[in-house]
Amino acid sequence: MHAEEKIKISVRNLNFYYAGDHQALFGNTIDIPANRITAVIGPSGCGKSTHLRVYNRIFELYRGQRAEGEVRIDGQNILAPEVDVLELRRKVGMIFQKPTPFPMSVFDNVAYPMHLHFKLSKSEIADRVEHALRGASLWEEVKDKLKKSGLALSGGQQQRLCVARAIAAEPEILLMDEPTSAVDPVATLKIEDLVLQLREHFTVVIVTHNMQQASRISDYTAFFYKGEIIEFDKTEKIFTNPSCKKTEEYITGRFG
Amino acid sequence: MTAIAPEKRRGLFRRKLIDRVVGILSILALLIAVAGMIWIIWVVLARGASVISWTFLTEPSKPYGTLNGGIANALLGTVEITLGAVLIGVPPALLGGIYLAEFGKGTKSGNAIRFSANVMMGMPSVVIGLFIYAIMVIPMGGPSGFAGSVALAVLIFPVVLRTTEDMLLMVPDALRESALALGCSRARTAVRIICRSARSGLVTGIMLAVARVSGETAPLLLTVMWSDAWPKNYFSQPTANLPVLVTEYATNSPFEEQHAAGWGAALVVTLLVLLLNISTRIIFKEKNHAR
Repeated sequence: MHAEEKIKISVRNLNFYYAGDHQALFGNTIDIPANRITAVIGPSGCGKSTHLRVYNRIFELYRGQRAEGEVRIDGQNILAPEVDVLELRRKVGMIFQKPTPFPMSVFDNVAYPMHLHFKLSKSEIADRVEHALRGASLWEEVKDKLKKSGLALSGGQQQRLCVARAIAAEPEILLMDEPTSAVDPVATLKIEDLVLQLREHFTVVIVTHNMQQASRISDYTAFFYKGEIIEFDKTEKIFTNPSCKKTEEYITGRFG
Repeated sequence: MTAIAPEKRRGLFRRKLIDRVVGILSILALLIAVAGMIWIIWVVLARGASVISWTFLTEPSKPYGTLNGGIANALLGTVEITLGAVLIGVPPALLGGIYLAEFGKGTKSGNAIRFSANVMMGMPSVVIGLFIYAIMVIPMGGPSGFAGSVALAVLIFPVVLRTTEDMLLMVPDALRESALALGCSRARTAVRIICRSARSGLVTGIMLAVARVSGETAPLLLTVMWSDAWPKNYFSQPTANLPVLVTEYATNSPFEEQHAAGWGAALVVTLLVLLLNISTRIIFKEKNHAR
């Protein structure tokens, strides 16, 4: 890690277990810099998504899953039991593989987290919905169909709607779990452009299967293998001159 | 490896024959089922249609031996009793279904509730009627529309509970996760997002359960009994209703006119249930379109 970067998320010795004490993460230690895009790459089943799902404690939905170790966001260990998960999840937004618009209008989708976390007047909400949709590069496409169901949009639009909804909660961190794996190539490029813009305001951590995508958009890259973080460095370094043999083998397509 | 000898090939004729036979058998089975349904509707229509008139639908029933009785009091009573059953039975069933799908997955209490709901669903309706007779009708001093509503509510409850659970479990976890990831509480996620997403399924479950019980006779014989009066005292008096009217006129009455009126009432019940079923299907179709 480079000394000049401000650290947003600091993970120390994170172990993760699925039900039945099946261990999926082994002593993960990583420092995610603020206002940068950090890509998480590695073969299927290596624990990329599992690692990401600790940052907002979404894994707690499922019985028997538990995390041990420390995940500090701005210095606070979010795994501590006294942490309010609702507030944590406002601060740490998440975008999933498949777009998941709520069964309501485009406008209401984006307004939903505002109702949840803030007391705002109708006009304030309308302003912020527009702002969030512009922030997700979706405004021009949906400004005439705000009243239409979010489910009526195309897949790529739905995914950007989910980004708008996530940033409407005023988060500081955005977690993206393979956000382009379910959309077509054109929509993928749009979402990648969007992620690059998001860096200005948010700390972005993006799990991706697509190594071109990681190299195109990320500042830092972490390579996961069998639940361990093998290498973490500037993306440029990982893709041109990795320190570990395993990383080199993976990025050159020799396995995975 | 050598090629398989031609004499080891299975005969094509046999395979084609079996294909044909299975196809024909399934069409036959379908025809029997559909013909049965059409036959029922035809018989009810043929015997019942002739008595249906404006007075039949707007006049109350008359005592045995009196001419020109209608079924309006029974129609009203059935609507009253069924609505009461929905008000009593549906809210706890919905909440219970939400518990099973959203909170009780894999827990001991969840499994216990699911098991007892399954047992309840298999219980004969006459047993439920006897149960309500013992715990309500006797202590309250007599049958009432309300007691009938409670009996039907007991029948509705497990059906709506289980369909609610099934419908909510059909909503993908991704939607749950994305609501939680925004900072929604689990309860809010369940009620505002998951139920909303499954709402047409939930409505369908309720409507089908209502259609199912609106023709139930045995529990009403034991809890509501029968009356020729307009339904005025829902909580304390026997209340007129269609299923018991049909049973009474068909089995007890010696008068030809009332046999015919029984058929007319049977036709009305059939049409009401059909209407409920069909309107439910239409709602369900709309949902599929939206997807």
